[in-house]
Amino acid sequence: MRLERRTHTPLYIVVLAPLIAVLAALILAAGLIVAAGVNPLTAYGEMLRGALGSRLSITEMLTRATPLIFTGLAAAVAFRAKLWNIGGEGQFFMGALVTAWIGHSLGVPGWLGVPMLLLASMAAGAALLAGPAFLRLRFGVDEVVTTLLLNFIVLLFVGLMIEGPLRDPLAFGWPSSVPVDNAFRLPDLVPRTRLHIGFIFAVIAAATVWLVLSRTVFGAETRAAGLNADAAAFAGISLPRTIMGVALLSGALAGLAGSVEVMGVTAGVTTTMSPGFGYAGIVVAMLAALHPAGVVAAAIFVATVFVGADAMSRATGVPSFIADVIVALCLLTMIVALLFTTYRVRR
Amino acid sequence: MTKVLELRGITKRFGALTANDDISLELQPGEILALLGENGAGKTTLMNILFGHYAADEGSVHVFGQKLPPGVPRKAIEAGVGMVHQHFTLAGNLSVLENVMLGSEPLRRIKSARAEARAKLLKIAERFGLPIDPEAKISALSVGERQRVEILKALYRDARILILDEPTAVLARPEAQRLFETLRDMTKEGLSLIFISHKLREVMTADRVAVLRGGKLVAERNTADTSPAELAELMVGRKVERPTRADHRTGAPVMSAVGVSIKRGEETRLDDVNFTVHEGEILGIVGVSGNGQAALGALLSGLVQPSSGELRLRGADASALGPRGMIRAGVGRVPEDRHAEGVVGELSVWENAVLERLKTPQFSKNGFVRQRESREYAERLIERFDIRGASADTRARLLSGGNMQKLILGRVLSNEPSFVLANQPTRGLDEGAIASVHTELLAAREKGAAILLISEELEEAVALSDRIQAIVKGRLSAPIEAKDANPQRLGLMMAGAWDEDAHAT
Repeated sequence: MRLERRTHTPLYIVVLAPLIAVLAALILAAGLIVAAGVNPLTAYGEMLRGALGSRLSITEMLTRATPLIFTGLAAAVAFRAKLWNIGGEGQFFMGALVTAWIGHSLGVPGWLGVPMLLLASMAAGAALLAGPAFLRLRFGVDEVVTTLLLNFIVLLFVGLMIEGPLRDPLAFGWPSSVPVDNAFRLPDLVPRTRLHIGFIFAVIAAATVWLVLSRTVFGAETRAAGLNADAAAFAGISLPRTIMGVALLSGALAGLAGSVEVMGVTAGVTTTMSPGFGYAGIVVAMLAALHPAGVVAAAIFVATVFVGADAMSRATGVPSFIADVIVALCLLTMIVALLFTTYRVRR
Repeated sequence: MTKVLELRGITKRFGALTANDDISLELQPGEILALLGENGAGKTTLMNILFGHYAADEGSVHVFGQKLPPGVPRKAIEAGVGMVHQHFTLAGNLSVLENVMLGSEPLRRIKSARAEARAKLLKIAERFGLPIDPEAKISALSVGERQRVEILKALYRDARILILDEPTAVLARPEAQRLFETLRDMTKEGLSLIFISHKLREVMTADRVAVLRGGKLVAERNTADTSPAELAELMVGRKVERPTRADHRTGAPVMSAVGVSIKRGEETRLDDVNFTVHEGEILGIVGVSGNGQAALGALLSGLVQPSSGELRLRGADASALGPRGMIRAGVGRVPEDRHAEGVVGELSVWENAVLERLKTPQFSKNGFVRQRESREYAERLIERFDIRGASADTRARLLSGGNMQKLILGRVLSNEPSFVLANQPTRGLDEGAIASVHTELLAAREKGAAILLISEELEEAVALSDRIQAIVKGRLSAPIEAKDANPQRLGLMMAGAWDEDAHAT
């Protein structure tokens, strides 16, 4: 038995691959659910009901999907150029912190302030990834290590800021930063729910990223550089400029995730505001096969698992950590599935 | 004489493709049989069936009168068939002896019989005239020596029939000649050989030639009764002639190097190199591979800058233009390795066609790619340069080597370059594709382009070039006129004996 490269990959395989990967991950996770003494079908049923069973649960799920779309886009953009940005979590927090800090006392009307805060968070996220990108280009330092480790540094920095200069005096000792001004709270998309127009921003971001990647010179150069760096360099494409451009775009997207989450949901920054949005963004990007449209769908799936797991946990007693297991398994099964989209098995 | 090997009615299909169609062949003891065919004619598939890598759909393989079970390489080895692959299967961090012993020892033995193995290896090496140091690390050996180890590995397993897949693909010419002399000597020791090739010159050294085309055995000839011209026609299925160069007047200097050296750390990759290429001229650079051709190619592609000296394009300093600057200045570049540098395999034909000039107004506007114009441009290239099996949206990696090269040539030549670097433009191509590449290069010369041709194929360099310089250890000889070039003189030049010595002889 051996693997043979496909001459072309039919569309149905591209679409089927993530679905099969998800199914495989759910089957594998079912083993753990059985070990917890619950019928997996009951558990998954509760999960679906918890995430999609009511108007409120659907809005809650989409609220959760919003930052995941941004961080998923951030990972997808970077991975396409073979820039391994594992630092989405840090960039998320940087974007969140800058938004709360500036947004707390910015004396401009909302229509002006919101775009300003979005831009500021993009700059913060981009700046955070520019460092590792520079180190890789100049000295060949592996960005997997630098971006990953930066996450912990940023998280500690956030902790420092919200215990110190940015501490919210009205939070009764609860460690939280000062909130953004009410003028910069994003309006609700559905009244009396937490779903805010940040979700629309996320979908617009996905469409924009798709347009940039597929239609612009920058997108074409990024793809060429990611697929065959030597041929791209030979054709006169500057690899340092391409990589740096990708780093700025990717970091900016992850920074946006934090900003939108602060303006839309939490108002202030806490160290626990992200259940791993940055890391889950990597899974989202992989499940989407790095395609911007797929990112939206994959983010909704991952959000369904996260939100549904809480409901399942309440109803059946299976710990909600099963959500992390399922998402992690999805990453592994998707990587295997991707192998079969490029290769076929022959004997 | 009894035959040592017989293939009976071998048929192998891959999906809709019939790679081998009812092929029957015989091999006599002590005979050298050449299997000739273009890329994709089914040569390698046939040999993989013989060796048991693939199982045939129909037909059978008989070795010394015994039928081999299909699809079991171990049985083929036991029956005395040895295969030397085109891409070597050696472990670089192990010694020659360890590589030879690898896989031929039972795993359950605790102590390996190193001394016995060493003695056996040395005995075989002497008997077949393949001298080797058993303790040398593979990574320290030259390509030719590695191939020798591959052959010894097969002989160590008592192979009496040796199959060599494109044995000269990785060898420089003198090494290739030596290989064929060695192979001839080996037949005197009772070995029978099959080698696969698409080079006409090589197959003439065999006793007999079997020609494959489109998966069918189209002819068998004794080399004594045939000619390279006839074989070329049989192989391609139509008459193929390489074009010839017509004399014409050359014009002003276009590209020149003045005392260019390239140093990387301690290593000197180019050493005080001088050349000038004129309008309407092809300057051929010949040499044994690994003598600085790669550095020269990188220099003229804009990927590497001179450490000292100057590159001049129409009198202006072109040393620091970089790839994009070179393209803008009207330099066309055909890279040495089309898969590694020429195309991005996963991108479409049209994307590759415009890759070098994405930022020009022809192909983009306000940062957006003009897809319609780009596709139309690619379709014109496909039409004009006869790129087969492709539409504008085909992925480039699906093109055959020849068609991929036509795409690169098209991208370069449609831009009407004033200077063209053609680095090994026909390496690995079959006869039909070589002829069309030559035709295009000569047409560009006719239009007044200055062309620098780097080639390891002497026939090609002599046929196309107006003047020839040899490259040896990063240094360039003085140019000679192509009409003064003969094999002896070029041989001397490529060995580094030039200037006064060459003139004196």
